Amino acid sequence: MSSSVSITLNQCSRTFAGGNTALQPLDLQVHAGETLVLLGPSGCGKTTTLRIISGLESPDKGGQVQFGERDVTALPIEKRDVGMVFQNYALFPNMSVADNIAYGLKIQRLPRAEIAHRLDEVMRMVDLQGLGERRIDALSGGQKQRVALARAIAVRPKVLLFDEPLAALDAKLRDRLRIEIGQLLRELGTTAVYVTHDQDEAMALGDRIAVMQAGRIAQLGSPQEIYHQPANAFVADFIGAVNCLDVISTRANANGGLVVHGGELRASHLRGVSTVYCRPEDIQVVSVDQADVTGKVVQSIFLGQTQRLMVDTGGASPLQVEAPSRQRWPNGTAIGLALPSSVLFHPDKPTPPVNAKEMANG
Amino acid sequence: MTAASRQPSGAASYVNTHQIMVGPVRRKSLIALFALLPALVVFCAFWLLPFSRLIMMGAEADPSSGISAYLTILTHRQYLISLATTVGLSLVVSLVAVAIAGVAGFFLARQRFFGKSILVAILTFPLAFPGVVVGFLVIMLGGRQGALAQTSLWLFGERWMFAYSLAGLFIGYLYFSIPRVITTVMAACDNLDQSLEEAARSLGANTWQVIKDVIVPGIAPALLSTGAICFATSMGAFGTAFTLGTRLSILPLNIYGEFTNYANFAMAAALSVVLGVITWMALSLARRLAGGNLGASV
Repeated sequence: MSSSVSITLNQCSRTFAGGNTALQPLDLQVHAGETLVLLGPSGCGKTTTLRIISGLESPDKGGQVQFGERDVTALPIEKRDVGMVFQNYALFPNMSVADNIAYGLKIQRLPRAEIAHRLDEVMRMVDLQGLGERRIDALSGGQKQRVALARAIAVRPKVLLFDEPLAALDAKLRDRLRIEIGQLLRELGTTAVYVTHDQDEAMALGDRIAVMQAGRIAQLGSPQEIYHQPANAFVADFIGAVNCLDVISTRANANGGLVVHGGELRASHLRGVSTVYCRPEDIQVVSVDQADVTGKVVQSIFLGQTQRLMVDTGGASPLQVEAPSRQRWPNGTAIGLALPSSVLFHPDKPTPPVNAKEMANG
Repeated sequence: MTAASRQPSGAASYVNTHQIMVGPVRRKSLIALFALLPALVVFCAFWLLPFSRLIMMGAEADPSSGISAYLTILTHRQYLISLATTVGLSLVVSLVAVAIAGVAGFFLARQRFFGKSILVAILTFPLAFPGVVVGFLVIMLGGRQGALAQTSLWLFGERWMFAYSLAGLFIGYLYFSIPRVITTVMAACDNLDQSLEEAARSLGANTWQVIKDVIVPGIAPALLSTGAICFATSMGAFGTAFTLGTRLSILPLNIYGEFTNYANFAMAAALSVVLGVITWMALSLARRLAGGNLGASV
């Protein structure tokens, strides 16, 4: 396949008529061959960023878009050599499946034999063999998105752009197509930018994830970094669930015990913070006498493979704890929770090395 | 139902329920018939009766030729030319109106500029005029004292006129056809999925290719149906033609002439039926081509 190209955005901002700023000045580099996911809630600027990369929108004056070394800021989308996949499929309803997929190849005026060869190749890649003559309205949602995918990769674009391609599909199909898109992207090695508001999709597909908030990148990093070392409370909250424990006071001893509602946490690396964060799945249910924090179960939500306990420790909001699914804690049960220092974090403090727990305990 | 529920056995109760259900259904259709009766009476009195009378009247002998009026139309040059002129004129008007207003409507749907709503209001204003006024406007433009005649007289010393010919009729019909097409095309363009165009462009299509492959197929049903309606309106337009002059040989004027001047009811009826059938065929053809989602009714 075509050699991949990097994407560089320099100071790209976007202000709409009426003075609405969709995007603050943004610097972003997508490495050659990498899949970068733009993740965020609606209105965060992720789609605007994608459209600036595609050429469907121009950045405000001063912004620059580069593909590799080439400045493409002034090029419209039809000259940028990108493949795009839309949320609503955007298939041409007046053409068959094969005509849709071959559209870009016909525009390029490739020889007929080459078009047939490529058509065959991409239809095999997305598992659409034998559906070439179908009408678009005779396809299921999943098949439609495969056609859209095939159409985008058939032209062998320099850059693949995805605008929430799975948002219109049901959960099961979404999971399957997500895996397939991931395999396809690895196979092709094409630089890809993928917009989604679904964190699972972002984690599964992204080599790196840019979490966006209010027209800015809140954090850019690998899925692991984003999840385990969120840069701020917004990222921590947007990616997975997170508990915020208010620190009431700090003990003056060497352990640096942080007094929170319902108990005390030993976390010397978090000295001086006012809030401590931890993920529900990192909290363990233990006997009350071994607990760091105690509280009362106020609600339990059965999730199938696990259950989510809401534990009131006297703070502003109950702690969310992920617990084994088969055990039962009726509402009102007193419960002990272990929060080892290794799972406690604060965006402003570096995460301790793995053995920090032992050090703090010792 | 109460009798059925008292039955001890499940199977028996099913059969009973089934039998009981038939009664109300029959009664319901009887009630429906009664409810429909006024509508049926109106339909028969105001549609079926006059229409069948019209059709039968057209089959009567034409006084001049002595054969059925329908056959007279088909065998006499004068009527055939009139028929061809009317159909041809309506066809050309529809095609030109769709071409001009299609482009204009697409432009208006896509562009935002100061005064757009006023422009659209002005463009659709002719819809408010009856045919007589449209004819009057054409005379003011291309008639004996019209703007064109005045200008050409001043420049070249002769009066140029087009109002009293087919050209005048063409301009007049175009005048009231364009607003219909513009409004329909604007609505159709608003409903076009923008991402289709974006997808085509991402695949390298230039503006003309996007228009050819995405926009025209996307608004084709609207173009077809609005074109058919233009055709139907032009076929039957009377006021404009009557204002521009009764010398023109087109169907609506023929009908009027046969009816009032010669009291030839058979020929008037036959011409009316032919006019109606051609128009109805155009509308239903357009409806079929447009995929059945756009009504043939005006």
